[in-house]
Amino acid sequence: MAGFEPGSLPDLLPLYYRRLFPHGPYGRWLSYGGVVKNYFQRREFSFTLRDDIYVRYQSFNSPQELEKEMQKMNPYKIDVGAVYSHRPSQCNTVHRGAFQAQEKELVFDIDMTDYDDVRSCCSSAEICSKCWTLMTIAIRVIDRALVEDFGVKHRLWVYSGRRGVHCWVCDDAVRKWSSAMRSATVEYLTLVKGGSETVKKVNLTDPIHPFISNSLSLVEPYFEEYALVGQDILGSNESWEKVVALVPEHILRLLLREFPKKRDSLQRWELLKNKMDKCRPSHAESEIMLQFCFPRLDINVSKGVSHLLKSPFSVHPKTGRVSVPIDLQKLDQFDPFAVPTISRLCSELDTAHEEEEEDGEKENEAEPVPKRRTRDYKKTSLAPYVRVFERFVEEMDKSRKGELLRKSDLQGDF
Amino acid sequence: MEFSREKRLKGRLAGDRRGDLYPHSLQFYLQPPTENISLAEFENFAIDRLKLLKVVENLGVSYVKGSDEYKSRLEREIRKLKFPYKALVEDDYDARRKDHISHFILRLAYCQSEDLRRWFIQQEMDLFRYRFNALTGDLVEKFLKYVNLSYGAISKEVKEKFAVQLRNSTPGLGGAKVEELEFYKVPLQDAMDLFRVRRVYLLNGFAYVPHTDIVAIVLNNYRTKLSKALALTARSLPAVQSDERLQPLLNHLSHSYVGPDYSIQKNVGKISLEHIDALSVKSFPLCMRQLNKALRDNHHLRHGGRMQYGLFLKGIGLTLEQALQFWKSEFIKGKVDADKFDKGYAYSIRHNYGKEGKRTDYTPFSCMKIILSNPPSQGDYHGCPFRHSDPELLKQKLQSYKIPPTGITQVLELVKGMHYQLACQKYFQLTHDVDDIGFSLNHPNQYFAESQKLLSGGREVKKEPSEPESSQQKLSSQKRTNSCSIPTSSNTEADTELEGLDAYFTED
Repeated sequence: MAGFEPGSLPDLLPLYYRRLFPHGPYGRWLSYGGVVKNYFQRREFSFTLRDDIYVRYQSFNSPQELEKEMQKMNPYKIDVGAVYSHRPSQCNTVHRGAFQAQEKELVFDIDMTDYDDVRSCCSSAEICSKCWTLMTIAIRVIDRALVEDFGVKHRLWVYSGRRGVHCWVCDDAVRKWSSAMRSATVEYLTLVKGGSETVKKVNLTDPIHPFISNSLSLVEPYFEEYALVGQDILGSNESWEKVVALVPEHILRLLLREFPKKRDSLQRWELLKNKMDKCRPSHAESEIMLQFCFPRLDINVSKGVSHLLKSPFSVHPKTGRVSVPIDLQKLDQFDPFAVPTISRLCSELDTAHEEEEEDGEKENEAEPVPKRRTRDYKKTSLAPYVRVFERFVEEMDKSRKGELLRKSDLQGDF
Repeated sequence: MEFSREKRLKGRLAGDRRGDLYPHSLQFYLQPPTENISLAEFENFAIDRLKLLKVVENLGVSYVKGSDEYKSRLEREIRKLKFPYKALVEDDYDARRKDHISHFILRLAYCQSEDLRRWFIQQEMDLFRYRFNALTGDLVEKFLKYVNLSYGAISKEVKEKFAVQLRNSTPGLGGAKVEELEFYKVPLQDAMDLFRVRRVYLLNGFAYVPHTDIVAIVLNNYRTKLSKALALTARSLPAVQSDERLQPLLNHLSHSYVGPDYSIQKNVGKISLEHIDALSVKSFPLCMRQLNKALRDNHHLRHGGRMQYGLFLKGIGLTLEQALQFWKSEFIKGKVDADKFDKGYAYSIRHNYGKEGKRTDYTPFSCMKIILSNPPSQGDYHGCPFRHSDPELLKQKLQSYKIPPTGITQVLELVKGMHYQLACQKYFQLTHDVDDIGFSLNHPNQYFAESQKLLSGGREVKKEPSEPESSQQKLSSQKRTNSCSIPTSSNTEADTELEGLDAYFTED
């Protein structure tokens, strides 16, 4: 694989935006069928240019205009914001109070840094295949709740390009949610609470709400493999101290006495479970599992309607990896390290191009440069990810048509 | 909201005034009053409601909301101020009218900033909750119909099918009771406060709400309406503010809610950076001491911490230049180099001082804001240590600060009762060795100011050479205990007119 060098971005980005970025489905996504007047036109886009120059409140008349602007500016990063009452590019021309964020997808940001107190393999911006399981669990838990509890249909899960995942909930009704509604949702979905001054961050009380029991049954299958074997959370004196701090006082002393005699994390966990069984009603066992594995959401990102979030298919300027959609059908196989970098995509494109040229020479065709090659990404390893994105957009189109049909049927009744 | 009078007015004044205007003792305040009202009445109504809301706030801090003590004290106060206190009383037109009009006046005063809106909504909600709970079953039904909040109950079959889930998602119910209880199928939006804390069952976009929790739905609905209305009012405000009779009054009313907002610094440049560590031990409230220590230890603070601590420092008098120097010198000891600091962090510090972006001069956070909003998460050190720490850690921390064991027990007792501000007040008493601090604490900068005053012998920060401003003289001419909460209104006319109001708000 071609290594990525942040300094090469200025050379690669023009190629990326001209030939790889999936402008077609992207524009279709954010137009939402053109049902609401000027929906796309009132959407904020923000570009980050070279040397961390932010350009906020940009808006475009059409996806084609956006495409042109991307190709002109070659932004290091693209963020998507809210749909405003007026076109964001004209925000200075309207009265300040009147310019307001009206709608946006409900978004979630799950960032590996927020798990630093419970993962031993890496810290801050680093990730590895071991701790990536945390993201898999997070997606399973949140996605289930969105669908079953909140009745949501259209979710787009995206790898952020470095150390986390984003979720875009795009249902028509949800995009209209107030910020209070968004923060209530995040609170419903949050079990791990407290900052550096809190040791025990999960506290369960009876009765256990269905959301919690459903989430637990999603966490459980991963726990042994991930936490006990992978992170080895009961492996050493140092690491198990963090765990036993979460059990009731009298059990704690008992465990500290017995733990050194056991062989590994698995055995120690068995012991802990046995001891906990004898002191019902305590939820320490579940609380430990949740504290170590349960998703940690950044409420501030979800809460604000006007909050910006890195766009799908934007390139992460530090890693060079493309922010690609994640296929939930193959969630357990998703590997962040297999996600193509911009440099890899560009060299794949070159290879494909050379092959083509060879073919071209045979046909003796003298056409200089093809005008537009929108399907170029198909020749690269970006293709399967674009496919996932297209399926998502098609799904939305379909349910929108269904909705329109239903409405016209209703009208036809009389 | 409309500020011009309408034609309907005539009919109302014609004598039929007790008619349909206020069918219930309680309302959502959807229609603004449209009658003529004298300036004196306007002022009296506003002041009385403000007094009432202030009482609501104080009772909420001192007693468990909804307890008998809370209810009886609140009722006494409502009765004293002549607001409608019993739903049953038919003939209380005057009280209902006062309730109606005064609510709308305060909207004008409290729509201007997020902090004000937050305070106003909080108190109005508490008041409303108390009054709604006082309604009898019959009146509840009537009221629900009146405000269009009747929902369909779920069938017996559905209830049986989800019996387990319903029981598990509704705390405080015995197993048998699920069958007896009515459950309503409510759209998510209406049940926000219930599902937020997982007190209801959610399925496919609907909340299944037991009859007993309907009050939360009503409150939720009221909050949404009120918060929208306040935003709208804020937009129409320029029209009202152009009225020179009202503008000073409204300004003054809004300044009276929790005393000063500490946005106007009296000691700008009077604090030197070397003194911060010493001050943090002597005069910082625990939250700021914690932040200062975390900053010194880690050479970094995350956004929430930088906001809370940075604005506090601004409030105690750090200039922008000092702030930049302070943060930079600490951050570059860690992972951030000078260049990255200038690019990534300096902007937000200048922003806090109103030098960037929309150029709002940000005010330091109040206790309520710190306690209620943006709780700390992984890696954060901000928040209120009394609210956001494990009691065990808090205990250890207090022990390490050499607080006597009896004092620690008292603090922890208050924390347990969720009286975080009182706990902090106790901490103040213990660290300053006074029995009664003589003020009610609601702002970290107030804590600092009071501490400094005490340590320097009941006066302003000692290092100050002389203060030529006349406002200072005015301060000292008032009762000494008052100085923590004198409104910093710039309008002297309103100040003298409303001295009575000042006295009221400073005596608690």
